[in-house]
Amino acid sequence: MEHFLLQLFIFLAAATIAVPLAKKAGLGSVLGYLLAGILIGPYGFSLMDKVEEVMHFTEFGVVMMLFLVGLELQPSMLWKMRAGILGMGGAQVVFSAVVLTLFALYILPWQQALSVGLILSLSSTAIVLQTLQEKGLDHTSAGRSIFSVLLFQDLAVIPMIAALPLLATSKVVGHGDSHHGALFDISSLPVGWRVAVTAFAILLILIVGKYGSKPMFRAIAASRVREVFVAAALALVIGISVLMYAVGLSPALGAFLGGVVLADSEYRHELESNIEPFKGLLLGVFFISVGASLNFQLISQNLLMILGIVFVLIASKYLVLYLIGSFFNMSGGDRTLFAFALAQGGEFAFVLFQVCKSNGVMSSQQIDPIISAVAISMFLAPILFMVQEKISCDSASVTDADREADRIEYRGRKVIIAGFGRLGTDIGRFLISAGIKPVILDNDASNVDVIRKFGYEVYYGDVTRLDLLEAAGAAESEILVIAIRDLETSRELIELAHKHFPKLKIVSCAANRRAAYELMDLGVNSLRRETFGSALSLGQDTLQLLGLGPYEAYRLTRIFRKKDQEMMYELYKMHKESEEGYVSLYQQQSAILEELMQMDCDSDLEKVEKAWVAKSPEI
Amino acid sequence: MKKILVQFAHPAQSRSRINRTLRTEISDLEGVTINDLYSNYPDFLIDVKREQKLCEEHDVIIFQHPFYWYSTPSIVKEWMDLVLQHGWAYGSKGLALQDKLCFQAISAGGDSASYKREGTNAYSIAELTSPFRATANLCKMKCLPPFAVLGIHRGISRDLVKEKALEYRRCLVALREERLDLEKVCEGEFLNSHLDSTIREA
Repeated sequence: MEHFLLQLFIFLAAATIAVPLAKKAGLGSVLGYLLAGILIGPYGFSLMDKVEEVMHFTEFGVVMMLFLVGLELQPSMLWKMRAGILGMGGAQVVFSAVVLTLFALYILPWQQALSVGLILSLSSTAIVLQTLQEKGLDHTSAGRSIFSVLLFQDLAVIPMIAALPLLATSKVVGHGDSHHGALFDISSLPVGWRVAVTAFAILLILIVGKYGSKPMFRAIAASRVREVFVAAALALVIGISVLMYAVGLSPALGAFLGGVVLADSEYRHELESNIEPFKGLLLGVFFISVGASLNFQLISQNLLMILGIVFVLIASKYLVLYLIGSFFNMSGGDRTLFAFALAQGGEFAFVLFQVCKSNGVMSSQQIDPIISAVAISMFLAPILFMVQEKISCDSASVTDADREADRIEYRGRKVIIAGFGRLGTDIGRFLISAGIKPVILDNDASNVDVIRKFGYEVYYGDVTRLDLLEAAGAAESEILVIAIRDLETSRELIELAHKHFPKLKIVSCAANRRAAYELMDLGVNSLRRETFGSALSLGQDTLQLLGLGPYEAYRLTRIFRKKDQEMMYELYKMHKESEEGYVSLYQQQSAILEELMQMDCDSDLEKVEKAWVAKSPEI
Repeated sequence: MKKILVQFAHPAQSRSRINRTLRTEISDLEGVTINDLYSNYPDFLIDVKREQKLCEEHDVIIFQHPFYWYSTPSIVKEWMDLVLQHGWAYGSKGLALQDKLCFQAISAGGDSASYKREGTNAYSIAELTSPFRATANLCKMKCLPPFAVLGIHRGISRDLVKEKALEYRRCLVALREERLDLEKVCEGEFLNSHLDSTIREA
């Protein structure tokens, strides 16, 4: 136990020191973890042991990551991406494998060359997705293409695991551990049954996700014990993985599928915020272990060969990706990002080479340098991203002059609405009609249920919780709309947003004048009194029914609205100074307003018009 | 029987005298539709489909408004900007308004003497309304001279306003029953210049 805690401490401490430093130096967190790994690894301070075990365990972070990615992808969106997944992904794996196999044929017989080609065609889901998210590129079109390829690679791993043993050239003593189910071993079943069991497992995920999860999560949410929700979320992901292991499928893929099924659930953001920290930690430790697994002794002994493999690996994958990018008509910048992003080897290589070794496809001597090369290429991946950024920056400055003026595209921009009561509902309806899909949060589970029936995308959760705001995408959002009546909650939320998301603009309602002043103290970008708009509209209707022309009634409300808004800021200033001054300023302002509106009604048209007949127009 | 659409535009109706009287005088006429633009679209959000349908359903389109700044109140401009779409009002396929009659019914402060080269307004009404006629031309409509009530600031009497309103009614009835001699009307400066000679009595 003590040993475990010490190891844990070393991992966490190394990450805490290395990651902020790396980020500060502009290297990104992944590189920070990798460096930390090298530092505490066998060739650094030698502070960790069982690197491979740790790596194997923390690979689970990738599963969680894919679950989270799945949560952000509605089934319909996934369906839309099918061409990208099959086309780009398929082309990438096939052509990269062919090119790399051809290179490997120089030194290896065809069976081994083919294994190497297949394995090296895969890229690192963990590093690439993490870096894309960090750079905010995951929702760009290039980001989606990259994700499509990664998804296809995850799919391709399964047949690879099945096919690699067939390439064996030497017999191994005893069967390898390529496959052992956690609950039962389905490899002993006849093929037909195996397919049936596998299909059933996938179906189970779909059905439980679609129909079972909702009542379960609702019951848990109603209990209002936070840890239980965390436990349920973890149980879900781990359960899926166990099931996938049992039927011999990739747990990452199963988790991804589970995520997709839950993507339109109201508990999506709650799930996200609960899984996210675990994923982050596990992946962090995973990257550390990749760093630690770099065998510097081996590398220094075979420096030229390994560097040669790294170069061939990255260059040929880059070239294949670049050509695929051209074939799929990507723009120049997207194409380089696409090619740079996926040019490294991936963590699946560790697993697959293990399969090769235990099935007698390849020997340790052959594998070790290649594994080192893969690890180095993963280490270079974040650096390649930086190179790409530099290139795209340079080319951007060149074309700056003939660039079109930026079109302000408000559609698809991110907005969060906190509170979905009567006010929030109307704001939501309005924004949705304007083509903006807000993320809506409400902490009343029954309200969420009802509103979901009307087809709104509402999520359950307490808006004053930082992690929920994060899961709802506060970091990438531009605007937070606060439609909450309760002043305390609003205040808490605004303070939280200011502190953690200083770029987020805040639009807030206020229950009354006093509340408005308090929120103005905190600083918001726009503030409206909750019932002011309807009061003016009803006033306008009243004037109209009294016989005033609709246009004139409309003008009066406009004047009143505008002046009232201006007055509110002056009153706000005075309100902070003195109570007496405030009352007298209020009366004074109201008198001015009255006068203004009178003027608009009675302005002496005849006087104005007479000026038109005089020799020189005058009033 | 021709159908007549009156596009009425006055931003301050509670203070309007001439236009309101004119409008009241024709409001009970069969075959005449009054479309009050400022009342229907106080926020200037013009329902283009509705307006186009209205135009299609009528044979004569009148824009009745005070002559603001030698032109129309702003909503009429907005109406033209939005409603007169390519492919509907103009262009090789824009035939919706073809052969319809149109004219302005305006009230202006200055009298006819002021709308002359040597007058305070320096230009004639015909010159000042030429953009309207050009618009009608592009939309393949037949444009008539404006129905004008001029010199209203000389202190136009209640009786005179009533008289003008009755003239307006007479014009519309004659148009409706096709008793207005269009050729002859076009020779005059205003639609209501010589009503006795241009209207054939039934």
